[in-house]
Amino acid sequence: MTRKKRRLWLLLLCALGLGSATALTLTAFQDNLVFFRSPSDIAREAPQPDRAFRLGGLVETGSVVRETAPDGKPEARFRVTDGAHGVSVTYVGVLPDLFREGQGVVTLGKLGPDGTFRASEVLARHDETYMPPEVADALKKSGHWNPNQGAAPPAATWNTLEPASAQPRRGS
Amino acid sequence: MIPEIGHFALALALALSLAQAAVGLIGAQRADARLMGAAAPLAAGVLVAVAAAFACLVWAYVANDTTVLNVVQNSHSAKPMLYKVSGAWGNHEGSMLLWVLILALCGGAVAAFGTNLPSALQARVLGVLALVALGFLGFILGTSNPFERIWPPPMDGQGLNPILQDPGLAFHPPLLYLGYVGFAVTYAFAVAALIEGRVDAAWGRWVRPWALAAWSFLTLGIALGSWWAYYELGWGGYWFWDPVENASLMPWLAGCALLHSAIVVEKREALKTWTVFLALLAFGMSLLGTFLVRSGVLNSVHAFANDPERGTVILILLALYIGGGFLLFAWRAQAMLPTGVFTPVSREGSLVLNNLLLCSIAAVVLVGTLYPMFADLVLKEKFSVGPPFFNTAILPLAVPLIGAMALGPVLPWKRARLFPALQRLWWAALAGLAALALCLMIEGQRVGPALGFGAAAWVILAAVADIADRIALFSRPRAAWARAKGLPRAAWGGATAHAGMGVMILGLAGMGLATDTLRLVKPGETVALAGLDYRLVSVVDAPGPNFSARRATVEVRDGGTLVTVLQPERRSFPQGRMTTTEAAIHTTWLSDLYVVLGEERDGGAVLRIHNNPLAPWIWLGGAIMALGGGLSLSDRRMRVSAPAAKPVKAGARA
Repeated sequence: MTRKKRRLWLLLLCALGLGSATALTLTAFQDNLVFFRSPSDIAREAPQPDRAFRLGGLVETGSVVRETAPDGKPEARFRVTDGAHGVSVTYVGVLPDLFREGQGVVTLGKLGPDGTFRASEVLARHDETYMPPEVADALKKSGHWNPNQGAAPPAATWNTLEPASAQPRRGS
Repeated sequence: MIPEIGHFALALALALSLAQAAVGLIGAQRADARLMGAAAPLAAGVLVAVAAAFACLVWAYVANDTTVLNVVQNSHSAKPMLYKVSGAWGNHEGSMLLWVLILALCGGAVAAFGTNLPSALQARVLGVLALVALGFLGFILGTSNPFERIWPPPMDGQGLNPILQDPGLAFHPPLLYLGYVGFAVTYAFAVAALIEGRVDAAWGRWVRPWALAAWSFLTLGIALGSWWAYYELGWGGYWFWDPVENASLMPWLAGCALLHSAIVVEKREALKTWTVFLALLAFGMSLLGTFLVRSGVLNSVHAFANDPERGTVILILLALYIGGGFLLFAWRAQAMLPTGVFTPVSREGSLVLNNLLLCSIAAVVLVGTLYPMFADLVLKEKFSVGPPFFNTAILPLAVPLIGAMALGPVLPWKRARLFPALQRLWWAALAGLAALALCLMIEGQRVGPALGFGAAAWVILAAVADIADRIALFSRPRAAWARAKGLPRAAWGGATAHAGMGVMILGLAGMGLATDTLRLVKPGETVALAGLDYRLVSVVDAPGPNFSARRATVEVRDGGTLVTVLQPERRSFPQGRMTTTEAAIHTTWLSDLYVVLGEERDGGAVLRIHNNPLAPWIWLGGAIMALGGGLSLSDRRMRVSAPAAKPVKAGARA
């Protein structure tokens, strides 16, 4: 086999490898991208019913109810809010150690036809002062929190305050 | 006083690195023997200085010197001694210092053991290593000085993140860094070769052991990290396709490709440009990993500091080293002419296939890791890609890779025919198909695990068949023992590493059949899972050295006989006010019984119980792979000097 022919072979193989990797990546992306939605996003535009997404916000104070399902599995119900809107969430499983009312949380799951979010995963990692970046972003968007002015306001005040009065917005 | 000595030693190391880079690169360019000769002692000097700085930091931790800011932020006097020492590298500044220490160790090793290298090559390699050290020492001194003082000193430190207080994690970063930084040496060799415009078998013979050592350490480090995630995080899983995990997987994949293509350079003097490219890529992936983990772009237990300045500096270093390397590659790669010729179906061909598939997998992981970040920054769109993405994109690439990895070692060099090779592996293929069919029969429509069992049998038995063939176990069983002793260690190492991969696949396939359940139970109640009864006996307080805990006692019974008693815990640490779950695991080697204690309410406790078939074999497989790498490293050929390419004996191949 001449050098030219061999190089051709190698190039062909490389193209094949890269091509199939690209094709695989793109098709996998199509089906498996998990988008992040805040409660306001959901209120604005209902997501597809059978598609999993990540819902994030603050756990509304006083909304957490822990009970036991008929089959003995522990079930938790709570509301996730970004101030402007809230979504009810049900979760069957052990809540993470750092799950607290008023704290930032990210959940993975699907929205049911009744408007309740059925979470398959609840992430509340890190320390108590940690705010998931997506949640921080959603809070900023809904006009409830300017991180330059300190920590996020307590979740209890979120639904009673008007977005405009919650934080005097400067320069945005 | 001692922290100042450490700080001074770091500055000294910076100056010495500058000198080492200058005399190494300029000396080699001018062919000045005196300048080149100075590079090795300077490398030793850098090693001594960095080691002194590291010792000073460890001293500050052991003595709990609260005038040092780093100690205050990451340590506490109530911590056990092991975690005081490991706390020295359980934070951003300390871990970067460890990174540089290992780099200095590698430089020292090249200086000490590289005396048989051509002196210009050795000087250039040392020069490039010093350039890398220079960047990172500057980074430490400029943005992350571990010896910064704080005044007035607080009464005590703030403690180390409790989930990092674990023996597995004490050794995970050093092992991982040994891997990352080992690829700095192959990078230095690649850059030196590009400057010289020459790659020969001797070069391959030097690069291969470094690639092997780096890869073996990285394998161990990743396996240890995965094992830690399994028993410490209490989620019952072992790999989450988290960006931080991917950051270590990418250099592993590139390094795996590198050490295979280095074989071809060494034996056949082919694929030279490609090997140089892979050497640049492997270190590039290591730096990218360091950037991802250390810069704070990812939020995880690894991101100790979210200081944008640091991220920018690491990104600049990454661009400099990798951009520089690839620029040099584009400019000089033409100079390296291949000499060995081979057909597509041959050992070389199979190694090319291995490289292509490994690099494709690395590319998929890279895209899956970086694209969400890119989209967040540029498209302002927030999304994530989880395990389903990686599983669907990687499985189709992994299947041919695993198929070929069993076949490759039995193909002859240069030119081969597929059929005789397949004939030698017929019983491995048969066993693989049988395992696949058996799994489908017993477990029903579970394609993933069935494929896994088939692949595991195929890979392990093919490795056995390969060795059996080489020592003529069946054709001349009497001479087999003598032949086995004569077989080069590299051959044993290769087969062991491949079998280790098979063992790992076996574990992964077993975990594909894992089951779990979740129940709120009162003491005395029983939960059944996978044929076993788990009875909660009690939940009591159990104080620890720097935490308080609730400990459950769970009896596991198979019918009437007691299998084991498990005691999962929930620990709360007063420092940092954190809670961690300690899973209780009992392994029968066929299966892990894994119990996690959840919250307590209504007079009962939530128990999450997993039955994880074959789980321990995942990490054992990783350890076997690293062992194979070690066996290969101990091969005599790796140790003898190889100034010129010698014709390779027929029996001596890896």
